[in-house]
Amino acid sequence: MELTGAEIFVNCLRDEGVEYVFGYPGGAVLHIYDALYKQEDVKHVLVRHEQAATHAADGYARSTGRPGVALVTSGPGATNAVTGIATAYMDSIPLIVITGQVPTSLIGNDAFQEVDSVGITRPCVKHNFLVKDVRDLAVTMKKAFYVATTGRPGPVVIDIPKDVTAERCEYHYPEKVEMRSYNPVLKGNARQIRKAVELLLSARRPMIYTGGGVILDNASQPLTELTRRLGFPITNTLMGLGAYPATDRQFVGMLGMHGTYEANLAMHNCDVLLAVGARFDDRVTGNVEKFCPMAKIIHVDVDPASISKNVKVDIPIVGSVANVLTELLEQLDAADGEVDREALDVWWKQIEEWRSMDCLKYDRSSDVIKPQYVVEKLYEVTGGDAFITSDVGQHQMWAAQYYKFDKPRRWINSGGLGTMGFGMPAAMGVQLAHPDATVACITGEGSIQMCIQELSTIRQYGLPLKIICLNNGYLGMVRQWQEFFYQGRYAMSYMESLPDFVKLAESYGAMGMHIDKPGDVEAALKEAMQVRDRAVFLNFVTDSEENVYPMIPAGAGQNEMILV
Amino acid sequence: MRHIISILMENEAGALSRVAGLFSARGYNIESLTVAPTNDPSLSRMTLVTTGTDEILEQITKQLNKLIDVVKLQDMTEGEHIEREMMLLKVRVADTEARDEVKRLTDIFRGHIVDVTETIFTIELTGASDKLDAFIDSVDRFPILEVVRSGTIGISRGEKTLSI
Repeated sequence: MELTGAEIFVNCLRDEGVEYVFGYPGGAVLHIYDALYKQEDVKHVLVRHEQAATHAADGYARSTGRPGVALVTSGPGATNAVTGIATAYMDSIPLIVITGQVPTSLIGNDAFQEVDSVGITRPCVKHNFLVKDVRDLAVTMKKAFYVATTGRPGPVVIDIPKDVTAERCEYHYPEKVEMRSYNPVLKGNARQIRKAVELLLSARRPMIYTGGGVILDNASQPLTELTRRLGFPITNTLMGLGAYPATDRQFVGMLGMHGTYEANLAMHNCDVLLAVGARFDDRVTGNVEKFCPMAKIIHVDVDPASISKNVKVDIPIVGSVANVLTELLEQLDAADGEVDREALDVWWKQIEEWRSMDCLKYDRSSDVIKPQYVVEKLYEVTGGDAFITSDVGQHQMWAAQYYKFDKPRRWINSGGLGTMGFGMPAAMGVQLAHPDATVACITGEGSIQMCIQELSTIRQYGLPLKIICLNNGYLGMVRQWQEFFYQGRYAMSYMESLPDFVKLAESYGAMGMHIDKPGDVEAALKEAMQVRDRAVFLNFVTDSEENVYPMIPAGAGQNEMILV
Repeated sequence: MRHIISILMENEAGALSRVAGLFSARGYNIESLTVAPTNDPSLSRMTLVTTGTDEILEQITKQLNKLIDVVKLQDMTEGEHIEREMMLLKVRVADTEARDEVKRLTDIFRGHIVDVTETIFTIELTGASDKLDAFIDSVDRFPILEVVRSGTIGISRGEKTLSI
């Protein structure tokens, strides 16, 4: 039987096992929306802005490991989605974004709501397609899911002109697809792995540094096993938190610009560094000239272009992180040598000394609410078992520093692009994927206003999100840099004319809470956790001049931290 | 150092812009770029001349390989290869002496005069890029009206091929 392009599209989603599509209708996608209306397999979630559709699909993907799907119309629908696409691209998140397009006969005519979506998104997608013939639609959909989810994952955009969704052809969804131009290397080179094992066993001051790649490849288990087997200290990047249990003794905290003293000094002083699924981002390395000056470096990554891009490495291993870690474990068991326990003990003593600096200490006796305290209490109240999304800024760093993630896929934030407005829509996707879980969005009064309209979506779908707004009245991270590097000239970083967040939340049918005393923090959080029928917006009035410490100033080395 | 990179890619709309976009987004140099379908109409072959340190070239080849449409690529300058570029050059030849001299130079460089008017020669010349540069230098004392160059193409010598 022949189906329309729109029906084929929806059938593809169904056959791909897609649970939710986050989207917003418009002229170019009306046929598709009509086809969605006539079926029940694929559920559609109506957002209030296309940016939120991509962030919600992104949150769904990060928390489940399955690709997120967003559907937007042509023109402004597509351009609004670009921020979310770029966000997913920077963090390698598998996303399928379908943009409607004007009919093929009008492409290039500056038609109403026409933009060159393929051209605009090209630099921030893993790949994109323009489907000009309905007979290519099903195979293109299959290719899109294949490309998005394999190798180093990433967003894929499919641009579908309106007439293609009306034309008819037979529907056949291919079981699998092969592309001669795309064959990611998944198995690590055994000789390189052997060399890595030898180097690891020769280490006297070893360090393990892992990033988002471990989480994307579901490799926490082999990573944890390997780390425990070796007894080495381990640090995670912002994107990698939860890959190794944060409450474990071997975990020395996050590294980088706002990483712990012990993590950064261990990096600086190590002699062998095992980097796994991390990309030596500038926020991690600081000044690359001063990065790990004494270390021989092993780098495991599925993307060859990430290896020796910023920092030259000694033993590159291209392959799926999970495969390589598993093989490292096997070769380690078969190896003749053993870890130098004596040297390792000395190394650990040194690290414990650094750790005893307690670099994350803050004033616990303050009579204004300290933002760190709210995150610590949230950790306690949720038993460390919540899904935490965040926006971007100081609150994001405090969330990363003070919420101890023991499991992967629990910490969801925009690390690469640093997109304010990400947190709440991402939390919607997380909550839909995990309806019974506690999902909290740690945000600030600046970030939350970038996608505040999504409170309406949250109401429509009855999502019991906890919005933890650390309201210090400033764009805190901007303010902090202005204090440190611009002699306290606080240009445009003060948020005037803030809304009454409690009333605002209530107007969207959510519960609003205003908390301005440290003594009320815990009770408020506990009360919020009991609410399951609607969202809770907790407006915490926090210390307006608190800074994020430690800090490595831009251009400095890892051993040049500013402590409190 | 100068490198000639040959790329086999899917002959699809937008493939060229993906390569050009990659170079501008990452700040790599393109000295010349030429592209046409091969004997297999589903494949295009692009030849790109770029300069950079070894580290940059490593990144360029890795980033190119990462493009989904790129099937295979080869840095010609890593091995024995033949490179060619074609040039059409229009020069004003006012008198007999000029016509004789330009004709002689064209012969020396194994070029062809492919169009003649009373006062203008159009010369076709093929060779490595530096040979074309040398020819321009040598006819430079006559008024050159127009130059068009194809950009470099290259192929490796002997058994080594870039094909699927």
